[in-house]
Amino acid sequence: MTEKTQIIDGNRAAALGAMLSRVQVIAAYPITPQTPLTEALSEFVERGELDAQYVAVESEHSALAVCTSASIVGARAFTATSSHGLAYMHEMLHWAAGTRLPLVLACVNRAIGAPWNVLNDQQDSISQRDTGWIQMYARNNQEILDSVIQAYKIAEKVYVPVMVCYDGYILSHTEMPVDVPNQKDVDKFLPPYKPHTILDPNNPKNYNLVTLANPRLNAEGVLCHGYMEIRYLLQEALQNSIDTIVQTGREFVELFGRSYNLLWKDGMDDADIVIVAMGSLAMEAIAASEMLREQGYKTGVLGLRLFRPFPKKDVVNALRESRAIMVFDKNISYGQEGATCSEIKSALYGSGAKAAIRNFIVGLGGRDVTAREIADAVKRSLPSLSDTTLNSEYPQWICHI
Amino acid sequence: MGTRSCGHICGESSPGIGEGGKTGDWGDYQPAIDQEKCLPAKQNKASCFQCWLYCPDGVVSKTIPVKVNLEYCKGCGICAQVCPAQAITMVAKEIGSSA
Repeated sequence: MTEKTQIIDGNRAAALGAMLSRVQVIAAYPITPQTPLTEALSEFVERGELDAQYVAVESEHSALAVCTSASIVGARAFTATSSHGLAYMHEMLHWAAGTRLPLVLACVNRAIGAPWNVLNDQQDSISQRDTGWIQMYARNNQEILDSVIQAYKIAEKVYVPVMVCYDGYILSHTEMPVDVPNQKDVDKFLPPYKPHTILDPNNPKNYNLVTLANPRLNAEGVLCHGYMEIRYLLQEALQNSIDTIVQTGREFVELFGRSYNLLWKDGMDDADIVIVAMGSLAMEAIAASEMLREQGYKTGVLGLRLFRPFPKKDVVNALRESRAIMVFDKNISYGQEGATCSEIKSALYGSGAKAAIRNFIVGLGGRDVTAREIADAVKRSLPSLSDTTLNSEYPQWICHI
Repeated sequence: MGTRSCGHICGESSPGIGEGGKTGDWGDYQPAIDQEKCLPAKQNKASCFQCWLYCPDGVVSKTIPVKVNLEYCKGCGICAQVCPAQAITMVAKEIGSSA
């Protein structure tokens, strides 16, 4: 195992991850803050360092249409986008997952309009929660690179596309040391893509024709799925993908020495106050937790790596003994609360957990989230825990209104 | 028995006659051809075939006499509209028949 440490930003880490995964087709439309990633990939192709077709497209909808077409004729395909680009892909996200095509998409998290904003929050990918894609969030640039490689292995095993999400600017444009695996090791880890079905002129097929609700006999007299059966299989694949994601992490640590699971835990062993966050926010939460520890609070951090499928069992096991759970969300389901907070409450139902849960909306549209603000929000909430109110109806916004 | 044994994980099939099921039972009417008026039959030579050309389901044959595959004819009536000899009339299907 020989790895070379490079000082690179998150976009370059994602580009190197795609190159090391030997992607064969790339179709992407540039959008802030993802642009340097697509530029890097087109340079790799132009210089002959990556044997792939780079398809220039006129929109994100077309980018994903190219990738789904490439995938169904047997090519490993990659795309990347942000914010409005991802929103524009929305329809094709459903088509890719519904056809069970193992694409990998890097989502460089950016706020969604209105009003216009190009800075970071996680509203873009959270808004695509129900499209049937696996969603992973990276905390730093090393995790971006490693997750792209793992994403192909996972996607091609369970035939579900994977979105690797990382925070715009905070990661995409910030340089940090990243150990870049060598090609030989990645080839050992990631075998060539084997499609579950292939469109071949010598063996013509129909895909995704109008499929009625009920099962029916096809032209050969075989009883085939109705719409609901196909949709059930997608749900089943996501449910079962948890095992594959864990197993892929195990295989990765053996070859590369970096350990991956569904969650990240920091100081959780004796924690009774747990800060929960997703993406780079989890790193800021660790700094906040260290401040609180110095002041005598028993805090820990639970970082969510996987958002879909939601790792319910692991979340319950990690949070069962906590007294207070402070969930920080860089997104909001308007009229309700932060998306990860809802997931955690849902996971804990029936588990016997007696923790009070508080939800904070932070960092929308690139608003800075400092460790001190996180620590202060935790401390401010502690007195309210003594009044036995486990739940609060709506989240608190950390802003100046 | 469930549908899992078909082995597909997405909407997938091979193109073939009847892939969409026997669509003949979708319609309420079917064409009836009067061979005494139909030009190819009357002249006993290949001619006209407007019904074959215009049929959106490709179920009209380019033969003498012209034949309609009623297992797949949805009864749209376009053939009756385009027939220059007015040799085709749409007649009610028997209820429950696929032809």
